[in-house]
Amino acid sequence: MRIDWALLAISPPGWGGLLLRGLVTTLEIAVGGYLLGLLIGIGGAFGKLYGGAVSRDLLECYTTIVRAVPELVLIVLIYYAGTDLLNRVMAALGYAAVNINGLAAGILVIGVVQGAYSTEVLRGAIRAVPYGEIEAARAFGMPSALALRRITLPAMIPHAISGLANLWMIATKDTALLAVVGFTELTMATREAGGATKAYFLFFCAAGMLYLLVTLISNQVFNAIERRARRGMPKV
Amino acid sequence: MTTEALETKPGMTRLVEPAHGDAIGAWLRPHRVVLVLIAAGLILLMVLSMRWDWLPRYAGQLCLGLWRTIWLLVASVALGFCFAVPLGLVQVTGPRLLAWPARGFCTLIRGTPLLLQLWLLYFGVGSLFPQFPAIRDSVFWPYLREAWPYGLLSLTLSFAGYEGEVMRGAFAGVPRGELEAAHAFGMSRFTALRRIWLPRAFYRVLPTLGGEVILQLKSTPLVATITVVDIYGVISHVRQDTYLVYAPLLFLAFVYMGLTGILVMLVRFLEKRIPIPGA
Repeated sequence: MRIDWALLAISPPGWGGLLLRGLVTTLEIAVGGYLLGLLIGIGGAFGKLYGGAVSRDLLECYTTIVRAVPELVLIVLIYYAGTDLLNRVMAALGYAAVNINGLAAGILVIGVVQGAYSTEVLRGAIRAVPYGEIEAARAFGMPSALALRRITLPAMIPHAISGLANLWMIATKDTALLAVVGFTELTMATREAGGATKAYFLFFCAAGMLYLLVTLISNQVFNAIERRARRGMPKV
Repeated sequence: MTTEALETKPGMTRLVEPAHGDAIGAWLRPHRVVLVLIAAGLILLMVLSMRWDWLPRYAGQLCLGLWRTIWLLVASVALGFCFAVPLGLVQVTGPRLLAWPARGFCTLIRGTPLLLQLWLLYFGVGSLFPQFPAIRDSVFWPYLREAWPYGLLSLTLSFAGYEGEVMRGAFAGVPRGELEAAHAFGMSRFTALRRIWLPRAFYRVLPTLGGEVILQLKSTPLVATITVVDIYGVISHVRQDTYLVYAPLLFLAFVYMGLTGILVMLVRFLEKRIPIPGA
């Protein structure tokens, strides 16, 4: 059994270019979904901590359901049922059916899943901020939005960063699930390359190395961020 | 008097359930009643407006699929935990020759998506096997031609990788003094591991173990992509046969929520039985 390394070449006879394009798509979805998840998470965390009774209960339902149902099922559900629902609403409003962009749908799906997890991470981090600091901001007459931007968010980052790093790893790995709905990110591109050449083993190993590379580099980046965020704090 | 004293030991307060009256009272607050009514209305709307006639036709297959899901979960968790204990142990105490490969294995498993690992095993390794006549003639060949051993293997390895990392922390977190005390009592290293180190580490991981098992349950539907017909696979068949968009997927989501709920209750039951609270 010989390994044909030429299959990994970047230019067309090799399939390396397809894999790298898949990696770029994977990273686009992961970054987009992660940021969307963070936005949902910040809103969700503040809703859960300071919101009214109804919004608190609804957010509890959201986080519980998303965390209890497999990501794969959620992705298939949002991808197919979500687009169908959107098209029905469009039809009811008298517009033509739209074809949902795969990238946007992927980002939406990953974002909704990530949002539930980051809500919990950020809620824990916000609760770890000493209440006196927020009270001091109020005493200085800061409106809530300013106090959020200047005090609560910066002060909670050291507590949130390890949980957020974990979520980023989950986001990069969850993008692989979009392969199941036929979206060509890294894992699907790898399977296509393997299917065309029958060199499944080589391509899956190569893709594994790419994922691992992303994980290891992100680890370094998050470690650096954590060191910077924790500067001036006592060592744990 | 003695039982009362036992019940009010400081460490035990965490385990005391809130009184039943409070729990019912929390559900009877006006906004909750309205929310519950709205939820019930939505479910009723789902039941009435969607097509459920496929349900009796596929009932047998659904039960079989559910059984496969549960079986895969239990087998992969049990086998994976057996791998995870040595994986964690050698990283804490083993020689470097064993510790490095163990750490590398955990990094590899945790750094790549499970779907990729599964497809690597099924399409990659599985396609290499037929080239070797020795494997084709062996007694394992009938199993290697089926899909479920690859699914079980990759789920097991994945659980072992994640849990091995957790076990490493648990083993490292057992107070040194307890191990020294075991040593001072003349226990051999193996006895100390069996009687002191492993049980103490196990109590420490029990709360996280529950979370890991739920994550594992949520990983099991991936095996449907390599033609293992678990509950997700059955629902995929239903969707292809009937072209229904909503009902089968919502049903599937409810099934998984039920399974998660049962797991959560099991973990709570187990946690109450930990002899050392807060360990």
